[in-house]
Parts: sequence; C-alpha cells; structure tokens
Amino acid sequence: MKRKTDKSMDDGMSIIVKVAAYVLAVPITILGLYIILHGHLTPGGGFPGGAVIATLTVLFLVAAGKEKAKALKKDMISFAGGVGLVMFAFFGFIGTGTTFFYNILANSGSLFGMRIPFGVNPGYMWTAGVIPPMNMAVGLEVAASLSLIALVMFLYTMEDER
Amino acid sequence: MKGLLIRSLTLVLLFAFLMAAALQLNPFGSPSHTVMDDYYIRNGQAETASNNIVSSVVFDYRGMDTLLEASVLFAAASGVVMVLGRRGKDEKKD
Amino acid sequence: MIDLPFIAVIVLIMLGISAAVLKRNMIKIVMGVSISASGINLLLVALGYREGGVAPIFTNAPAAQMVLPTPQALTLTSIVIDLAVTAMMLSFVILMYKHYGSTDSRKRRLSG
Repeated sequence: MKRKTDKSMDDGMSIIVKVAAYVLAVPITILGLYIILHGHLTPGGGFPGGAVIATLTVLFLVAAGKEKAKALKKDMISFAGGVGLVMFAFFGFIGTGTTFFYNILANSGSLFGMRIPFGVNPGYMWTAGVIPPMNMAVGLEVAASLSLIALVMFLYTMEDER
Repeated sequence: MKGLLIRSLTLVLLFAFLMAAALQLNPFGSPSHTVMDDYYIRNGQAETASNNIVSSVVFDYRGMDTLLEASVLFAAASGVVMVLGRRGKDEKKD
Repeated sequence: MIDLPFIAVIVLIMLGISAAVLKRNMIKIVMGVSISASGINLLLVALGYREGGVAPIFTNAPAAQMVLPTPQALTLTSIVIDLAVTAMMLSFVILMYKHYGSTDSRKRRLSG
C-alpha cells in the first residue's frame, strides 16, 4: 500500500511555537507539582497533577517534531511508571499491623503527623500521614503512563513507509 | 434499510426506558441514606488528619479501589505499547 | 418531574449510544463511547449534591453544609478507567487504518 510520507512534521513547527513551548514549560511544571503536593489541602491530588505534567510531553512532541522525538526512550518512562505503582502499593503495606491501608503516620508526631483541631483552618502542610507520599507516587505513575501513550501513538503514525 | 429501522427502534426503546427510570430518582439536592457520608465528614479530619475529605476517602478509607485503578491505567499504557510499539513492517499479505 | 441535571445525563447517554450504533466511521464510534462515559460521570456527581452545599474541604471553608464526598471519589476512578478504554480503542483504530487504508467500519476485511 503506497502512501506519500508526511514530511511536514520532520522539524516541528515554526520558531515562534518552539520558543513559546519552551518558555511555557516552566509554569506548567510548577503548576503540576503544586497540585500534587497540596493534594491533602486543596482539591486535586495525584491524578489531575499527573495529567498536567503529562501535557509537557505532548507539548514537546508537537513543537520539536519527529526527529527530536526519537530522543525520548520508552524504557525509561515505563520504568518510572512501574516504580510509581510499586511505591503506591508499598505505602499500603506500611500499616499492616492494623489493616491493609491503615494510615499509621497520621496524628503520630513523626514525619507527616501533625495534629490539627477540628473545624475550618488555613491548611498546614505536614499533616495527613501517608496521604502525601501516596499522592506523589500516583502523580509519577499517571504522568508516565499518559506520556507513554502519547509518545507511542505519535511515533507510530509518523514513521516512514519502507 | 431494515437494519437501520431496527436500530432506531431499539434506541427509542432505550430512551423511553431511561426516562421511566429517571422518574424514580430522588429530587435533585436531597439524597437519601447519607449515614456513611455523615460519618466521613464528622470523623475524617480527626482520624486521617487531612483537610481534604475527598482525598482521605480516595486514599485512606477506600485505598483498595485506587490501587486497582492505578494498575488498570498502567495495564492500558502497556497494552498500547504492545500494540503500537513495533519497529518496521512485519506483516505479510498471503 | 425530572430535574435538569438528570435530563442532561439522559441526553448525553442517548447521544453517545446513538453515535456508537448509527455511525459508519470508526473514529466517530469511539467518540460516541467517550461521550456516553462523560454522561455517566455527570450522573455520579449529580447524585451526591445537597441543597446549598459547599465542597467537602476544611481549608477556609464557608459555613454551610457539605456535599457527599463518596460519589466524587468514585468519579475519579471512573474517569481514569474511561481514559484507559478510549486509549485502547484508539490504538486499534490506528492499527486498522495503517494496514487497510480506510476508516470504514463496514468494509469487509477478512479475505478468502
């Protein structure tokens, strides 16, 4: 099946789009990390934060083009996703003395265990026990999975016919 | 033409069934049986020490659902890589 | 009588299922499944609303009753699973287009 190869995306888009993408990458990263880290105080958490960080990969693929997109390796990204999922299961095993997903670090006085009074308060960061590490693990896993899907689909539809 | 008629008739029947089922719902804004959610709102901040009750429900009270959902997402990503990740042409038309 | 959010849910689900059943292009079928999934997520969130309620978050919360937090947790899981299903369907559509050259779902593809 002969089809004309699409050479319009070999070098990516024009210089304005490239500069805008590389400048916008910094606020997008900071926004994603903010949503992940404050998951126990404001709406959001691991899943929307990971999706925001995965848009960095899509931005890079659109702006840089097909030749530079081959520099991203599938093995490293899928390894990061696997590490995130195993860490999430590991944090469930910590409190196995009582039950499977027991929050053993909450109200305990150690790393994430500040006590808070009942009612409305401006949020305190070092509270909520095991929940912030779980947010970070899920954020890493979601970002890796979504960017892996986008990368594989892009490389498959843009490869040459031999 | 006959297939199109059968399909449209099935869709009209499904629409009628959904409308009849939606008449049995509670009015918007007054749910029934909120015993479990009242317990979460009253005791969630004291037991899990987090301000966000939705986070404590997702990660602490129902953490098993989140673990299985994260593994579903990982399985979908690895499935896409398995289907679309081959290099070069490898199919032969026979 | 049925309230407005539930009418919107029924419209979304019917549009999604009609697109998945009546259309010929494969990508439009995938779009129909995705729209129907969004309708289900709206139903889950609309079932947990209390009259005059605020979000169940204690950080600088106004003084009012809180809505139910459990349907929102179920909706998070549902959104991720719909994303996984759409990704797998789209990968098969891409594979079929690359091998057969058309997105028509009624073309016969088994030769012989």
